[in-house]
Amino acid sequence: MKVRVSVQLKPGILDPQGKAVEHGLHGFGFEVDHVRIGRLIDMDVSGTDPAEVKAKALAMCEKLLVNPVMEKASIEVL
Amino acid sequence: MRVAVPVFPGSNCDHDALHACGTVMGWDTIPIWHQETRLPENTELVFVPGGFSYGDYLRCGAIAALAPIMADVRRHAEQGGLVLGVCNGFQILCEAQLLPGALLRNESLRFIHADIHLRVERADLPFTRAMKAGEVFQVPIAHAEGNFMIDPADLTDLEARSGVVFRYCSPQGEIGAAHVPNGAMNGIAGIVNVRGNVLGMMPHPERAVDPRLGATGGLGVFRSLAGAFAGI
Repeated sequence: MKVRVSVQLKPGILDPQGKAVEHGLHGFGFEVDHVRIGRLIDMDVSGTDPAEVKAKALAMCEKLLVNPVMEKASIEVL
Repeated sequence: MRVAVPVFPGSNCDHDALHACGTVMGWDTIPIWHQETRLPENTELVFVPGGFSYGDYLRCGAIAALAPIMADVRRHAEQGGLVLGVCNGFQILCEAQLLPGALLRNESLRFIHADIHLRVERADLPFTRAMKAGEVFQVPIAHAEGNFMIDPADLTDLEARSGVVFRYCSPQGEIGAAHVPNGAMNGIAGIVNVRGNVLGMMPHPERAVDPRLGATGGLGVFRSLAGAFAGI
């Protein structure tokens, strides 16, 4: 099944990349705030039960995909 | 005294480590490929070098932390063996959870290379015992992700247990945001684990040990280790 893991810096953690992009957008006249840059990880995970597949993706987040010191993730089974 | 230097694809300070430990200090220093599963017999110090292991993919140090050799580095650390991680080596030790915290992108977003000053916060460790608490020394930094961060509660713990070994400072030893090159919390440049045998630091002492290369500010760390090896 197709799974999408979206990894974001935790709230409150400074995201200098997001800030730089925000400044760039301001330069074009866009009124934006709180721009945060994250990472999307798409994959095919074996299995047919969405709950089981989501549990596998969660285990992957804990093992490797997410550093809990600075990041949090959300998992979508597509 | 035997030193092992794990080498990952993308390590680029492994030769600095080999030069400092092998050529300058005269220790038996052995590079060890990341695919190996055992450190050399009787390894006393593992020097995890800087660089861009695995191209910094995913997060700096995240993939290297899973390399086969790291299981034996973990065993070495758990048995009380000394581990020194510099720059990317520090990031790897954090990702391997041998040290707390994480290294974020520099506040300026830029790669910074500069000679900076460090203040010794703890001089009772195998890595610092030839130095004095409060002593200031100059070493280079060269990194894009050196902005140390940790949960507020864990930061309190880290400071309470004197886990901070080196802090960025002015040439006179003053602490403050103005002297922190990368945004690191509390100006933290280097930390040690609870047991005191695993040290990670962003600055490069191994690049400042050879007078022929114009700087010797990093020698204190290596003289300390020499004393530790000799059991002094």
